[in-house]
Amino acid sequence: MTANTAVVTTTDLVRQSIEGKRFSPFNALVAFALLFTLLSSVVILVTLLADTIAAALPVFAARGFDFVTASLSPQAESAGIWQAIMGSLALVGFVIAVAFPFGVAAAVYLEEYAPDNRVTRFINANIRNLAGVPSIVYGILGLFLFVEILMRGVFGASEGIAGRNVVAGGLTLAVLVLPIMIITTSEALRAVPGGLREASLAVGATRWETIRHHVLPVAIPAILTGSVLTIARAFGESAPLLLAGAQLSLFFSVSSDASFADLMLNQPYTALPLVVFNFARQPQAEFVSLTAASIIVLLVMLLTVNAAAVIARDRYERRYR
Amino acid sequence: MAIVDQQRDSPIDLTGDVRRRRREAVVKALFFAAAAISILISVAIVVALIGKAWAFLTSIELNQLWGNGWFPRRGRFDLAALLVHTMMVTGIAMLVAVPFGLGSAIYLSEYARSGVRRVLKPTLEILAGIPSVVLGFFALQFITPNVVRGLYPGAQSANFLAAGIAVGILTIPLVASVSEDAMRAVPNSLREASYGLGAKQWHTSLRVVFPAAISGIIAAVILGISRAVGETMIVALAAGLNGIMTFNPTEGGLTMTGAIANLAVGSDQVAGDSAAFQSLFFVGLVLFVLTLGLNVISGRIVRRYRQRY
Repeated sequence: MTANTAVVTTTDLVRQSIEGKRFSPFNALVAFALLFTLLSSVVILVTLLADTIAAALPVFAARGFDFVTASLSPQAESAGIWQAIMGSLALVGFVIAVAFPFGVAAAVYLEEYAPDNRVTRFINANIRNLAGVPSIVYGILGLFLFVEILMRGVFGASEGIAGRNVVAGGLTLAVLVLPIMIITTSEALRAVPGGLREASLAVGATRWETIRHHVLPVAIPAILTGSVLTIARAFGESAPLLLAGAQLSLFFSVSSDASFADLMLNQPYTALPLVVFNFARQPQAEFVSLTAASIIVLLVMLLTVNAAAVIARDRYERRYR
Repeated sequence: MAIVDQQRDSPIDLTGDVRRRRREAVVKALFFAAAAISILISVAIVVALIGKAWAFLTSIELNQLWGNGWFPRRGRFDLAALLVHTMMVTGIAMLVAVPFGLGSAIYLSEYARSGVRRVLKPTLEILAGIPSVVLGFFALQFITPNVVRGLYPGAQSANFLAAGIAVGILTIPLVASVSEDAMRAVPNSLREASYGLGAKQWHTSLRVVFPAAISGIIAAVILGISRAVGETMIVALAAGLNGIMTFNPTEGGLTMTGAIANLAVGSDQVAGDSAAFQSLFFVGLVLFVLTLGLNVISGRIVRRYRQRY
């Protein structure tokens, strides 16, 4: 396929030769109206960014980078978002550690091993449905399964934050993105040509050897791109954390000498998008610019990762097609 | 030598040695276990929701579920108000997402040259990647003062119009990408036949390709509705906290997701095993059943239409 050069399809040629050079005002009007709907999204995006940057400027002008590294506080003048950034990174760490291996393994089973039978079709339909479950419902799941049963029931966490720890939040987000991870990885595996598998199997390799040495190496760029986009989604997600245990106050303290295990299990946490939510709920006007500044930090982190993944994908597609 | 031994056993045995086959079986079992986890997740969701939703339903009088507004801490659980408010936000969102999403899809599928496509399609992808809480802030700080109050100066600061428009913006990329896929799946012979009969481009795209892809497009819209019903952070920020049923889009009120969020945080915040806390699971169950139903219908439509071409 030559996807790169400006492709003129047969359909284009047929249309052009029949339409000729005749100009139809209505035709042009429809084309313009359709383009308008598409460009509206661009306008909305630009408005959103411009409006947020304008609102955030006072904070960055007055405090610079200090806003990023300062601690959470109910005082708008001194409040920062450092715990939230750390909390979000910890959550993403759990998502990568849990959702990535399980998602890839599940996709490999469904695409490479699974026979086309009732069980497989049921699992596939189930994954599609899970991907459409609203994120707040995953919050209820996280509250029930990870906070109440796992942390309070199994580990007996009853004091302090009573199991509302970053592990429970991270597992909740991992479960939330797992179906999306499986779907994107499945698509990447499906794009690997079947001839590669057949060639490998024909010379005596087993299924697993075929997958490990021939299918996965070809699919890995697409798998990684899909995974990065999926993990970025977890980074911006906040609704499930409302229920699954993140701190919802404007201020909390983490003891400074806490060990790593203590930080993970017994110390309160919050996430960047949730801090945006908490700032945005404050009635005082000073919090508007603080909210906007937090959004800018959130978007910069998200867009950097997203853009890198999309550019990597485009480059990869161009090279291998 | 191994080859000689194997040949003595069975010259056509290609299954490999025992160790290799055992490893193969173990790997396959591990991968199957990973795939089976998805079923465990579904079971866990259903168990989490049904257990406490049932406890909630048995602990209250059923007439507490209708009328009188949603005030969980006062024992008033007006599900009808939540449903009406949810439908209003979703309806407004679809008034935004359907025309803009479908228009974008038609343009990208039928009009855009590959260069234009390569520039504009990522814009939709970026829009799809904006966290919903950011759009909630946008609704509160930009859409309400500049758009809603421009039309209705007396609108409340939290209102269904602003929340609905923001949810619609969030849904545009989803509706656009699913319906674009549907239109690109329409075979070119249909377009060529249309041009061959002398049809113009607008006629071909709107009267030939669009109807041919209609089931995929309907599926995209249903998917959009499901997404809008389940959206939480925008309505939690921008739709207000009023528990009394209203049909006025310039006023605000709790939707299903808004009520859940407000039970976790804010004025309705509850804990323990009170009926108010359990109502969170009941609303979650209603939400889950509703969105699951919509997604299943949408999936059915997509699969039926795929078989046709």
